[in-house]
Amino acid sequence: MAEIQETIARLFPEATFEEGDILTVGIDDAKWHALARTLRDDEALGFDYLITIVGMDWVEKMGCVYYLQNTRTQARIAVKVATADRENPMLHSVFDLWAIAGIYEREVYDFFGIIFIGNPDMRRLFLSIDWKGYPLRKDYDANPELNPASTDNERQSDFTDTYVEESDGKIVKKEERVFEPDDFVVNIGPQHPATHGVLRFRTAVDGETIKKIDVYMGYIHRGVEKICESLTYPQTLHFMDRLDYFSAHPYHHCLCMTIEKAAGIEISRRAQVIRVLMDELSRIASHCLFIGTFCMDLGATTMLFYTLRVREQILDIMEKTCGARMTFNYECIGGVMQDLAPDFVKDVKALLAVLPANLKEYDKIFTGNVITRNRMEGVGMLSHDDAISWSVTGPSGRASGWACDIRKTNPYSIYSELDFEEVVRHEGDSMARFKVRMDEIVQSAKIIEQLIDNIPDGEYCVKVPKVLKLPVGHWFQTVEGCRGTFGVYLESDGTTNPFRLKLVPPSLTAAAVVDHITRGKKIADLITIGGSLDYIVPDMDR
Amino acid sequence: MEVTTKSMPYEAWKDNEYIESLVKELQDSGANIVVGSLDKLINWGRSNSIWPLTFATSCCGIEFVSLGAARYDMARFGWEVARASPRQADFIMVAGTIVHRMAPVLRRLYDQLAEPKYVIACGACAVSGGPFKKSYHVVMGVDQIIPVDVYLPGCPPRPEAMIYAIMQLSRKIKVERFFGGVNRQEKQQEFLASHPIEGVND
Repeated sequence: MAEIQETIARLFPEATFEEGDILTVGIDDAKWHALARTLRDDEALGFDYLITIVGMDWVEKMGCVYYLQNTRTQARIAVKVATADRENPMLHSVFDLWAIAGIYEREVYDFFGIIFIGNPDMRRLFLSIDWKGYPLRKDYDANPELNPASTDNERQSDFTDTYVEESDGKIVKKEERVFEPDDFVVNIGPQHPATHGVLRFRTAVDGETIKKIDVYMGYIHRGVEKICESLTYPQTLHFMDRLDYFSAHPYHHCLCMTIEKAAGIEISRRAQVIRVLMDELSRIASHCLFIGTFCMDLGATTMLFYTLRVREQILDIMEKTCGARMTFNYECIGGVMQDLAPDFVKDVKALLAVLPANLKEYDKIFTGNVITRNRMEGVGMLSHDDAISWSVTGPSGRASGWACDIRKTNPYSIYSELDFEEVVRHEGDSMARFKVRMDEIVQSAKIIEQLIDNIPDGEYCVKVPKVLKLPVGHWFQTVEGCRGTFGVYLESDGTTNPFRLKLVPPSLTAAAVVDHITRGKKIADLITIGGSLDYIVPDMDR
Repeated sequence: MEVTTKSMPYEAWKDNEYIESLVKELQDSGANIVVGSLDKLINWGRSNSIWPLTFATSCCGIEFVSLGAARYDMARFGWEVARASPRQADFIMVAGTIVHRMAPVLRRLYDQLAEPKYVIACGACAVSGGPFKKSYHVVMGVDQIIPVDVYLPGCPPRPEAMIYAIMQLSRKIKVERFFGGVNRQEKQQEFLASHPIEGVND
């Protein structure tokens, strides 16, 4: 960490440094793009993975916090860039360095109104073009009369804005077309059974070949980040169930760990083990449902019934302990909400006993099938470098040869003590993404096997004050959700409510990359590719 | 007259004032014996083959998938024919949060359903906004956009609760007047008159 700081200080003497859980560099916008290029391209630094861009409104300033990671050394760094101009805030885009920045910057623009110079597509991402105000600004007027719900069709535009800096430093606004004037554009979604929720692809096609896809999100944007700012810390937890409802446990785990890290709470070994057990059980249930729905998208409806059998068995285990089938609200600050049900160990062992036979059955019915192979092998190739540039994490990233499992790269909880393998494949096609998930079920079962007989005694939850005040500061934590890296950025101003709670969902990047993967492919393959990326729409929209 | 539905033995399940009021209305207005008998026959068929529209925005939709799978098996009741096109469906199960951007889409889907059509507001979000009550972008209950027949609380409702909700809908269908009643589009026109849409001419 000290070396990184030295290198940056040598090249950029004006940079400021802040110690925290991650080294945070402060830089002026004028030097930001040069610093970003150095961070990515310098041999010693090599931060090639942009985890997220956190838009911030510090009241006196507005800006962004960029979280970067080196995919070889797994070192992390945060960069703060701010501007004092509230009327017309502008920062330089890093779209040319990390492809995913394009969509991240649109999100920041949508929430904070910060314009990114050089981003080719400065449209709002989740809210309509007629939306008044920028909701995550601290001075946002939340009066519902300003932005009423309407049954009138939303105004659409085929144009997008881009801001270009000319050689004399003047910023010029230009209007660009989203599609070519004579493009034939087909709408797929938002109401379409194969988009896994309400996601809309505006697809420009040439015959059956896809020319460009404009991913249109926001059909389930619920404004969770803004609601959290008005709630106390324990009250924010239950929203984690409702983002990616298949990874409810890992998401809860992440937010709990962030708050515990900030408050300096140590949790018991028993709670750690229970949390990991629940995370891995959800991973199996989630991957089972993925296999079922993905196969259903491809026309193999039968598989859904086979995979849901295992999922129902896991939901029964969860229900006995947590009291719910889907929205568990089980992990809490300091441990878990209730102790394990008396039957837990017995039920999990029964599950582990039937799992191998089930997986064998899935392989027999589906994986080797000639139609399956024709539709999946070589379809939707995503290269290793593109996966990193587009921040496609989780099983989809690992299918492209990028070892990005947070449980291995940045271990949390008790994962560093456990014996399991990170599943990495190198084909990068839809079949690889499918097979990675099949193999991950085996690895999750292996983790559960190691823990199920060794659940230590002790308290399941330490005593935590009901109203929690965190010290001033900011924290960042990631976990391996069922679909990839889920992160929480928490900034506290010393009160009982979060000042800013940014959620970093894996599905946003998975949906953003669809355009890149499908260009030049057939429209029928869009369903295969979308299904294999396995995005959850409420997760990306939040 | 008593409304009976197959496999609903519990007294509590029959305790529904709304349906009792429908029965009373039916008895008060009276019907021709031929038309009444035909109504009964058609309603018997309709109430046992309610086809849902495949419509899900979030968590509740996954419970709806579970409802369709082998364990809860809604095929027992004749609801398993989930249609991807609203023109072939009988009801929308609004499974999940409806936000401002989705509102016009949901309204359009409702308008595209063929008469007679029904709506179930499934889950806390669809009933009232639920956990997202404080949000700037969530519609506080789908009844602000479309008329709702059955409100189903829960976050998400269990598949059993969904079975209960659709059974209540099935009971409602049984006591409707079909001829001169729901087979006409009067209800929709009434609704459209009170909810005008700009720029759309029927």
